[in-house]
Amino acid sequence: MAADPLDEYIDAVGKALALPVEEAWRPEIRANLAVSLKLARLVDEFVLPDEAEPASVFTA
Amino acid sequence: MNATSGELTASGIAQAVASKKMSALDATEAALARIDKHNPVLNAFTDITADRARAKARAVDAAIAAGQNAGPLAGVPFAVKNLFDVQGLATRAGSKINRDLPSAPRDATLIERLEAAGAVLVGALNMGEYAYDFTGENVHDGSARNPHDVTRMTGGSSGGSGGAVGGRLVPVALGSDTNGSIRVPSSFCGIFGLKPTYGRLSRARSFPFVASFDHLGPFARNVGDLALAYDAMQGPDAGDAACSARAVEPVTALLTQDIGNLRVAVAGGYFQENVFPEAVEAVGRVAKALGVTRTVEIPEAARARAAAYVITTTEGASLHLDRLRRRAGDFDPAVRDRLLAGAMVPAPLVDRAQKFRRWYRAQVLELFKSVDVILAPATPCTAPKLGQTTFVLDGVELPVRANVGIHTQPISFIGLPVVAVPVPLEPMPIGVQIIAPPWREDIALRVAHALERAGVVAAPSPKGF
Repeated sequence: MAADPLDEYIDAVGKALALPVEEAWRPEIRANLAVSLKLARLVDEFVLPDEAEPASVFTA
Repeated sequence: MNATSGELTASGIAQAVASKKMSALDATEAALARIDKHNPVLNAFTDITADRARAKARAVDAAIAAGQNAGPLAGVPFAVKNLFDVQGLATRAGSKINRDLPSAPRDATLIERLEAAGAVLVGALNMGEYAYDFTGENVHDGSARNPHDVTRMTGGSSGGSGGAVGGRLVPVALGSDTNGSIRVPSSFCGIFGLKPTYGRLSRARSFPFVASFDHLGPFARNVGDLALAYDAMQGPDAGDAACSARAVEPVTALLTQDIGNLRVAVAGGYFQENVFPEAVEAVGRVAKALGVTRTVEIPEAARARAAAYVITTTEGASLHLDRLRRRAGDFDPAVRDRLLAGAMVPAPLVDRAQKFRRWYRAQVLELFKSVDVILAPATPCTAPKLGQTTFVLDGVELPVRANVGIHTQPISFIGLPVVAVPVPLEPMPIGVQIIAPPWREDIALRVAHALERAGVVAAPSPKGF
């Protein structure tokens, strides 16, 4: 079976952030990440103007 | 006066204690006896602070004997979700890991304020690990059980708060709501819950989850008690960076104001999809009682829920990053895997979610120019069975955890105040959200109070408790 494309990403980010990714945990991490990215895509595809500010605005 | 049945309201106890018809100590002993009797089944409490409670109750009684005003909540027993700091306890926040923390040196602000009003803390309550759950199940402490059917979930993450008030162990409890954790257990356990405007109540000395969305608020068995507790907790607090500088705006005296001039509408579209018939029935009963015929569309609610999900999982991961590195094996595996995945979501997607949040807020505020109150389901279903992982809706099998909060998330996403009101359906109750514009908790509470007086919403008495 071909490796899921997310697996390489999970390995790379896990290594970069020094996060433990045990093999037994991988299917659930992958499934959760897939849901997060799917929902993030829904937000990503919504067009906002370049001037849009994030909800939290720092006040000095 | 007999407080042992748990039927007394917070305001009833306070009046009885203030007029010396009942002592604060008797009210406290009655609550402790009910906790002792029923908690082995309900599993609502993780800590019972009996010695502290008795000392506080004696102090309240002494103040009254000396002719002092003991406060509007004199002798009222209450309990808090175990993410509130309670002096002398490690703030476990539903986790195994936090039990290793030193004991909290000082109570959370909201505990201090309730006790300053005469209330008596009797313990800390079960919750989902680190508040990242909608079920009330906890792998370390065991699941909180629903007082209306102990084979069912309380809902979460403030599961013990829902069970304790639903089971009449205490008349008032506190919880937190990041994506629905006050409104979901209110719905499943058949009680009233207030998620105030974001920034209204101080979160100082409570264990956080998602700084962008974390709210604290009260649960009670009637609207008057909810307002009484809320009023006692309001006010600025430098200890919480998000807490508003607004002055206290008491609501208790406003509850009976006429609501005939309020423009009320039912949320359509997204809020009428993926719901069981019980949720439709509950919203329909409330709308009918209020004479509502209008439906409004909250724009892009599905996207709002998606953005809330992204911000939650990433801010939650950020909070727990070091614990994930050091003690990943000590998390609830379901929470751990969600947080690890959250740590891997690219930053630009989070930034876009926060930008969308501001856009969505503007759209909803525009909507509130033509409506004062919006009605929506609190949950799509009544309480599922403990351990249940999926439910079937319109022939489609859906995961319970991911779908219980679909109607609450788009609302807390922009911090709107909501009162969750219980519609006493048989065999299980279910809640409806009364949603108001920012800083207008008074409107939501007035509508809830009118519905309560009309007999449309009520906290049903649990059989066997």
